[in-house]
Amino acid sequence: MQYAATVHRDYHEEDGLVQEFLSFILGDEEYAIDILTVQEIRGYDPVTAIANAPAFIKGVINLRGTIVPIVDLRIKFGVGKVEYTAFTVVIILNIGARVMGIVVDSVSDVVSLAADAIHPTSDFSSQIGAGFLKGLGTVGERMLILLDIERMMHSRDMALVDSDDAE
Amino acid sequence: MSIDMSQFYQVFFDEAAEHLGQIENLLVSIDLRHPDEEEINAVFRAAHSIKGSAATFGFSDMADITHVMESLLDEVRKGARALSADMVDACLVAGDILNAQLAAHRGEGAADTAPAAAIIARLGQLLKDGDSSAPVVEHASPPVTPVPPAVTPPAISSALQVGVFDVRFVPEPHVASQPELLDNMLDELGRLGGVEIVSRPAVDSDDPQWWLKITSMMPADTLREVLDFMAEPDSVDISPVGGEPTAGEHTAYGFFDPLPDALPQAVVEAPDEGGVEGVVVEEEAYGFFTDPLPPVVSHSAVSPDVAPAASARGGADTSIRVGVEKVDLMINLVGELVITQAMLLESAQGIDPVLHERLLAGFNQLQRNTRDLQETVMSVRMLPMSMVFSRFPRVVRDLSRKLGKQAELKLLGEHTELDKGLVERLADPLTHLVRNSLDHGIETPEKRRAAGKPETGTITLSASHQSGNIVIEVGDDGAGLDRVRILAKARENGLPAPDSLSDAEVWMLIFEAGFSTAEVVTEVSGRGVGMDVVRRNICAMGGRVDVQSIRGVGTRFTVRLPLTLAILDGMSVRVGGETYILPLGHVAESLQPTADMIHSLSGVPRLIRLRGRYVPVIELYREFGVADSCVDWTRGIMVVIDVDGSQAALFVDELLGQHQVVIKSLEANFRRIKGVSGATILGDGRVAMILDLPALASRARRLQCVAA
Repeated sequence: MQYAATVHRDYHEEDGLVQEFLSFILGDEEYAIDILTVQEIRGYDPVTAIANAPAFIKGVINLRGTIVPIVDLRIKFGVGKVEYTAFTVVIILNIGARVMGIVVDSVSDVVSLAADAIHPTSDFSSQIGAGFLKGLGTVGERMLILLDIERMMHSRDMALVDSDDAE
Repeated sequence: MSIDMSQFYQVFFDEAAEHLGQIENLLVSIDLRHPDEEEINAVFRAAHSIKGSAATFGFSDMADITHVMESLLDEVRKGARALSADMVDACLVAGDILNAQLAAHRGEGAADTAPAAAIIARLGQLLKDGDSSAPVVEHASPPVTPVPPAVTPPAISSALQVGVFDVRFVPEPHVASQPELLDNMLDELGRLGGVEIVSRPAVDSDDPQWWLKITSMMPADTLREVLDFMAEPDSVDISPVGGEPTAGEHTAYGFFDPLPDALPQAVVEAPDEGGVEGVVVEEEAYGFFTDPLPPVVSHSAVSPDVAPAASARGGADTSIRVGVEKVDLMINLVGELVITQAMLLESAQGIDPVLHERLLAGFNQLQRNTRDLQETVMSVRMLPMSMVFSRFPRVVRDLSRKLGKQAELKLLGEHTELDKGLVERLADPLTHLVRNSLDHGIETPEKRRAAGKPETGTITLSASHQSGNIVIEVGDDGAGLDRVRILAKARENGLPAPDSLSDAEVWMLIFEAGFSTAEVVTEVSGRGVGMDVVRRNICAMGGRVDVQSIRGVGTRFTVRLPLTLAILDGMSVRVGGETYILPLGHVAESLQPTADMIHSLSGVPRLIRLRGRYVPVIELYREFGVADSCVDWTRGIMVVIDVDGSQAALFVDELLGQHQVVIKSLEANFRRIKGVSGATILGDGRVAMILDLPALASRARRLQCVAA
């Protein structure tokens, strides 16, 4: 899978570096993350809750023998209705050497964005937090919010890593 | 030869490190006045092996040092000079430099060449000095080898009457046509000694003559008897080859001369196991020891320094070097297997035992086998404590000299086994503790005499198993901790230190960062980094460290560690919808409290009275924020835990059972969680937290203090 993703990340003849993103839905908004950080996509399994953790950390699951923390981005960003149905999706990310999962409403598709299709955002205040936005992408009529997921998941306010290794 | 040697480097590094460790251990324990010749031989052999392989791999710096060392030791072991303290010191220093060089070759920093040159000069000087002054000590000489410095084969071969015979014969026609008969014959000859085929006739050659070279202790007549069965009666010609192998060097070492073309063929063709094996062994031994020994001397004639090496070689064959990653992978896989097994067992719980008797029997068998498999695999990672302890005789020896103190080190329970990961991480904290005991604990000989103690202090290092833990104690019979000084020092460093602290609490102050009571800051300890690092390292391994001390009698540090990092006997409990695992080692008992056992502090129920003792209660549902759990103490269960003598009761809904659980890291993908030491995967695939009972117990103590 990693291999396939790498193959697609190449130069198009005219429009420079093209990057592929996985887009997903949170409430009414469409977000996208670098596809190279995605390990797999699965349904939502019941989690084991963690005491005294922030509400958006749902808990941990057993992913084939490893313990993987699960973050609900809907709670973190304060968008959408937080409910867990048969259609709720967990995107398992592989960032650095760490594996973690994010809960989203649904996954929409894989989009290729050329560098010039990504518009930088000025730091507007939002739940997402400054610095975790890569920019906004446009695909036809749709607007994608591009997340810098690596930076976000390692940040201190996600409380996913020990504070001494957090950036 | 363009073999890429680098692929063998790792083997060399491992072996050299082992040999260096051995040299150090032997040298430190050696008795100068009555050196055990076997020990000196062992040191010599180790140095020799390092020299040999270092030279082979092109690490000439290491070869240079070991060469001088070896020359010196060689004279000692032959009794040409007596072992002196100077020599032992010099050899120890040389060992250190070799270690540094080894590290440099491994790519861990660069070795300084100056000390190497210095130690070669120092060893060389010792070698020279001895020539004129050192007395020859008779008893140090190995009695079985009354040989002049250069070991010459004649001494051995003539003593045992080994003869080399040149044998020519023509086999009988019916023998010549049947290869298996010839093989039998060679076999037979091989039993008498070493057989070398100089030439054998080609299958349909005109000249049917065989030419063998036989090295044997048997007289020529015996050889003739064997040959007579097979050979044409008149064709046998046996003639001894020069009785002096040295004179005819070619004869004695014919084995290893450029081989006649016929030889490889002969070896391949002859399914003569004894003979072939003999060749291999001898060749190895020969390559290993450069002393010129006749290669085909039977083992009874091998000089004393070869025999132990040969047996050590035999031992080496029974163990293999395996990468730790492989073992860890195996442990992980077995861990998965155990989980799957538990999962199967759980799903089989509901089925009818009458209908599925065979299935259930199979499950039982599977359970036993997986458990055995798991234990076996875990034991692969276990190493004896002697791996750590072995370095301390040297540490104590060097340090006590430097400090002008006299100390003796006692090691107990060196065979206690511990997980490899822990053994390696224990080395540094224990070194700190031992150095600390020697520096701060043991008094100078004068002070000890004044106090009426023997001048030589004793440091005791012991390891033992205690209920699922390994307990390592570092004790000394020194001055003990000084309460007043520790308190004063703590205040000086801004630590909260009220006089009301109990002794035990005062002792724990020495583990605070930046604390050192040494009046003189020595190079040994006293920089105030150390004890806090010790505690941090040990806590990181999931262990605890405690101090006990009596003024004037001594101090004892007790380190408690879990036996292994990967597996745990646990009790599972339910709180609301959650399952938690309590490490069984700390669980003392469980009970359902009655209303009259419950006692309140400032209006809130906090304690239960248990056999006359008040035990603080921690409600797990409150601690972990679990909703929908039982809150009435008389309806749930109290699990009483005992952590290092202090008790606490955990309030849970119910007990679920006991299992062995595989500890999974939470930190690999997540972070530490307060009150939780790890996680595991239950039979149904869900994750359960393993509670950190020591942390909970100390929290219970604090709660009680706050309330009181």
